[in-house]
Amino acid sequence: MNQPPKPRIKPWNDPRIRAWVAQILALVFVIWLAATLFSNTLQNMERRSIQTGFDFLSRTAGFGISFSLIPYSETDTYGRTFFVGLLNTILVSGLGIVTATILGFVAGIARLSSNWLVARIAEVYVEIFRNIPLLLQIFFWYFAVLQALPVPRQAFRIHDLFFLSKRGLNMPSPVAGPGMEWVTILFLVGLVATLLIGRWARKRREETGQGFPFWRTALGLVVVLPLALFALLGAPLSWDVPHLRGFNFVGGATLLPELVALWFALTIYTGTFIAEIVRSGIQAVSHGQTEAAAALGLKRGQVTRLVVLPQALRVIIPPLTSQYLNLTKNSSLATAIGYPDLVNVFMGTTLNQTGQAVEVVAMTMGVYLTLSLTISAVMNGYNRRVALKER
Amino acid sequence: MKASHLVVGFGALATVAMAAAPASAATLDTVKSRGQLVCGVNNSLPGFSAPDEKGQWSGLDVDYCKAMAAAIFGDPSKVKYVPLTAKERLTALQTGEIDVLARNTTWTMSRDASLGLNFVGVNYYDGQGFLVKKSLGVKAGKELNGASVCVQSGTTTELNLADYFRTHKMTYQSVVFDTSDQTLQGFESDRCDVLTSDQSQLYGLRSKLPDPSKAVVLPDVISKEPLGPVVRQGDEQWFDIARWTLFAMLNLEEAGVTSKNLGEMLKTTNPDVKRLLGTDGEFGKQLGITNDFGAQIAKAVGNYGESFERNVGEGSPLKIARGLNALWTNGGLMYGPPIR
Ligand SMILES: N[C@@H](CCC(=O)N[C@@H](CS)C(=O)NCC(=O)O)C(=O)O
Repeated sequence: MNQPPKPRIKPWNDPRIRAWVAQILALVFVIWLAATLFSNTLQNMERRSIQTGFDFLSRTAGFGISFSLIPYSETDTYGRTFFVGLLNTILVSGLGIVTATILGFVAGIARLSSNWLVARIAEVYVEIFRNIPLLLQIFFWYFAVLQALPVPRQAFRIHDLFFLSKRGLNMPSPVAGPGMEWVTILFLVGLVATLLIGRWARKRREETGQGFPFWRTALGLVVVLPLALFALLGAPLSWDVPHLRGFNFVGGATLLPELVALWFALTIYTGTFIAEIVRSGIQAVSHGQTEAAAALGLKRGQVTRLVVLPQALRVIIPPLTSQYLNLTKNSSLATAIGYPDLVNVFMGTTLNQTGQAVEVVAMTMGVYLTLSLTISAVMNGYNRRVALKER
Repeated sequence: MKASHLVVGFGALATVAMAAAPASAATLDTVKSRGQLVCGVNNSLPGFSAPDEKGQWSGLDVDYCKAMAAAIFGDPSKVKYVPLTAKERLTALQTGEIDVLARNTTWTMSRDASLGLNFVGVNYYDGQGFLVKKSLGVKAGKELNGASVCVQSGTTTELNLADYFRTHKMTYQSVVFDTSDQTLQGFESDRCDVLTSDQSQLYGLRSKLPDPSKAVVLPDVISKEPLGPVVRQGDEQWFDIARWTLFAMLNLEEAGVTSKNLGEMLKTTNPDVKRLLGTDGEFGKQLGITNDFGAQIAKAVGNYGESFERNVGEGSPLKIARGLNALWTNGGLMYGPPIR
């Protein structure tokens, strides 16, 4: 890659430097504008005896939250309600992104299936659920799920371990005994080792053509070894099994109906858009590729998996990213059915109890901005990896 | 994509910032030149504020808005009603979207002290209670250990609930909804064992259930909920108009002036009544409104007792007894300072 030596130009005439300077000036201006707005607002509010500042974050919240991934009680602070809400938002968005991707890919590929029935089913799914407002779907799943399930006293039960009722799915939760942390560590080490070995084995196969018993090694490292240690330590794990007491189940873990409904709705709604993206991505791959692959003797599944999808991904990933962003932002509809996400807990109850709208809204906006930028960054990174490498 | 996110973000901040611009001209002047009072009310709360099929608003809180319009314009119809959820209401007042808030809002110290707002007084003494499915066989609040509770976001209700269960060493699970319709639907579909809200609303909510006889209101009252109108801090004149509108309604009842006997009362020689109805003295003028504002209120909505009976009392489906809301002369807490 020998480029001719560039003619020397004065820095103030260099278009690249100029562009950078312009960018930096613009950024400084935007930051200055935001800071001025913010401090002006706070001053104005102070003049009107509205409390301002972030002191409220260390005051006692005093309200309950139905579901939290970190320990939380009414005596914790407003600051902690922020993290409870944040984690709940990340939880439902993360779950939604995984399942919507799976559903979307399956439906997108199915739409192009040569099996008439499969293709029609996928089409009907996409056309129906893409065209019903998400909020309606959330309500539908929530109240449909609630209607269908029994009250706690008549819960569906599986061996008195799992209970399904209007209060959600109650299930046993593991309680770690002494030594369990070692088993966990060994498992994680095994997982990392497996990944590394996998890479190495693949590289070796590509270079030398030598095979490697990868699956057996993986099984040993991830399953057998940790299990052996687990047994050696005398199975240091017990289960906290839920049981009915009074109105509700106590003990164990609970999957709330609000979470399930929101997760379902987000998955099914976003899945339709992803299906369309996948379909158009596949159709963008020239037909010659499929024919060439078939001519080489690849099976149908292999053609899709090894030839079509990798090329389609390049078209799929950018719009897929914006679906992920949409899903994350849409998860804030949680508040309609009482799932305690960031908007419900922090921008809802905390904002109202403290009255500090500007601070709370600014923090919430900061979170969604950060989440969106993170998703974009990750997806852009992945996109660069799968992008066509021109050689 | 990144750039557009930033733009949206700053746009929103700017909106909030502008919304909090400093308090400007006297509210009374603004209202007069607009020719309308903008009153924040509840979306649909039977007895307090609810629109009928023709879009006509009625209720105890609505009557207060009408009384204020009557005191300012001599015409109770010059009100624009802005329905607000519990979450929206205080911000709407702070930002100047409404002139006065009459939406079953509990007077608490932090709302009064830290939000730049002032509570005008109390137009209904309420307390928080529980609505429970009859099939659970619960007789008192203390038997609710472990229950799931449906509650509305942005209310004092949410906090009292936590306090009550904690002080009684009980656990609960709250399911928090945005509007009272959703809260009720959560209760109806058995997501919760209990619905909690101000007592005055529980009966109204119960009447909306497909089979009201399947739910009971427990006798427990777990909090003090003095509900009253609210205005922005910093405009003393407007605050005084708002508060003397309420006091006038109470004093009308105490003096025995009703919408029906107003004609005779205007001819009375009783000095208290003459000052109240503006046939003597210049009391309204001191506030920048007409001297006969008392009479205008009586003509428009009647006295407090009439408004109470019509909207939440015997003359209404709610049939709530006066209780604490009776005049002090009848063993209640309602008390209007003298006009003199
Ligand atoms: N008085 C309490 C509660 C007021 C309140 O909003 N109550 C709810 C029910 S608990 C309500 O009126 N909902 C009617 C609606 O939003 O339509 C407060 O000021 O926080």
